[in-house]
Amino acid sequence: MYFSPTPLHIPDGFLSTIVSLISWAITITILSVAVKRTEKLDEKQVPLMGIMAAFIFAAQMINFPVAGGTSGHLLGGALAAIVLGPWAGMLVMTAVIGVQGLLLQDGGLLVMGANILNMGLLTAAIGFGLYKIGEGRKRTLKLGLAGLGAWLSVMAGALTTSLQLWLSGTARLDIVLPAMLGVHALIGIGETLITVSALAFIFRTRPDLLEQTEGPARGGRGWIFVGAAISFFVLILSPLASSNPDGLERVAGDLEFLAQGKDAPFSILPDYTLPFLGEGAFSTIAAGIIGALVVAIFVYFVVQNLRAAKKNI
Amino acid sequence: MHSNIFDRYLHTDSSIHRLAPQVKVVIAILFIFSNALLPDGDWLSFGISWAVIFLLNLLARLNWAYTLKRSIIALPFALAAITALFSLPGKTLAIWHLGSLELILTDAGLIRFLSIIVRSWLSVQIAILLVATTKFPDLIHALEHLRLPKMLVTVIAFLYRYMSVLTDEVIRLMRARQARSAVLPDKRGGGSLLWRARTAGNMVGQLFLRSYERSDRIYHAMLSRGYNGHLRTLNQHEMQVNDWLIIALAFLIIASLQLFAHTTG
Repeated sequence: MYFSPTPLHIPDGFLSTIVSLISWAITITILSVAVKRTEKLDEKQVPLMGIMAAFIFAAQMINFPVAGGTSGHLLGGALAAIVLGPWAGMLVMTAVIGVQGLLLQDGGLLVMGANILNMGLLTAAIGFGLYKIGEGRKRTLKLGLAGLGAWLSVMAGALTTSLQLWLSGTARLDIVLPAMLGVHALIGIGETLITVSALAFIFRTRPDLLEQTEGPARGGRGWIFVGAAISFFVLILSPLASSNPDGLERVAGDLEFLAQGKDAPFSILPDYTLPFLGEGAFSTIAAGIIGALVVAIFVYFVVQNLRAAKKNI
Repeated sequence: MHSNIFDRYLHTDSSIHRLAPQVKVVIAILFIFSNALLPDGDWLSFGISWAVIFLLNLLARLNWAYTLKRSIIALPFALAAITALFSLPGKTLAIWHLGSLELILTDAGLIRFLSIIVRSWLSVQIAILLVATTKFPDLIHALEHLRLPKMLVTVIAFLYRYMSVLTDEVIRLMRARQARSAVLPDKRGGGSLLWRARTAGNMVGQLFLRSYERSDRIYHAMLSRGYNGHLRTLNQHEMQVNDWLIIALAFLIIASLQLFAHTTG
């Protein structure tokens, strides 16, 4: 009753290995930056983020009846980023998605990178980016932008989830994309309504809390660009891909990404074999292991670089 | 709220329960990875994987029916994979027309769809096995051993500690809302959709403020007890020779399964 799984929590088995690993690589890279940025804030921030993660976890249960037995509830990425700042918001959402996956099996482990990316990182970036436009302006404008950000954050999550499913060869783009976007256009309205009224409530009672995240300390004006870029991507790609999925298939076909996703789960290497080992199981498995290693090494170097950069500050 | 639905197995003692948590996490992820790498339609390898999971369940003295019941959680998502049925070229089994859409069910599509479901089902069971035999605080500590940033691990630890507290808060808020929402049998209760959404939004705002103020109190309480930014644990979970051997053994089993799957398939 309480832990109603949302259609965005992808379970294990639904994404191909290559899509899962690429998503993990992107997620880990962004999270390393988030950890580095947040560590610079005071130590009080850590317990606050922990309780805020519990807050998002609990707030996702608050629902309201919509129609025909369905109910709207919160995803929370945009709200978390607006009240805590984008980096802290991302970490909070990561913790929430991590615990939902680990403890409640709501979302898989191997695909958790994709889940965090779709529901935690993109949502926080859009939500904060759009909200930042209204900095120093009237409260109504801020609330409007927050509402827009909340809706777009859900749409962005639905879009990337459909793309990942399609690239994994799990779903047909011409069906899954319109279906996901259509459902989430409605879910997004619930997200908008709850986010806006929750923020309005906080504005009325503790406006000081929201003023804390203003100014460059939690996130600079660069976020406006990030938020606008993702929104642009969502707004352009969604209708385009929905009305003309063949076009997108062709692009992916030209890039040979689709074939790789569909034919073999691990396929960074040509024909999924190592030429000097010939064609066979050994060769395929070795290619798979090398592919995984490449991703691991990439992530390792990104993290090392960030650690080195931190020491220099 | 009784937050930990796995509680009833955590106090059982078995060789699986006693393993170091980081070992279990690594093996679980390896195993799920292995599921993802099994070729479509290789039912024999899927069956072997399932047999291994079943054996581990017996070793851990879990109730098999319980694992089965919980493993259904991922099934609703199968809806998203249903289009895989119609996405692959192959022998045509059936054709449906849905508006302008022509759906061609092929044997390759059917095998792909079933493989996705089986993979997902196996992976969920592995995750269930992991949390049913490991206390969650230990699991969180394992994440630290696996080199997750300390800060993220601490945030997760706080989330786990306080999620049931705030969940209780939510349940009270919802009970209060329900108590005020009397409905006549033949009438629709509540105001417009907008009004209902605003009520829910106010509840979220209320919960936020309560959580925020609670975090202030918690921080000061912890500070006065000597908190210095790091959570400590009595059990250090250092890796023993035994643990390395078990990881190596698991790796060998999984590697041979993969080898078997890819040579016979």
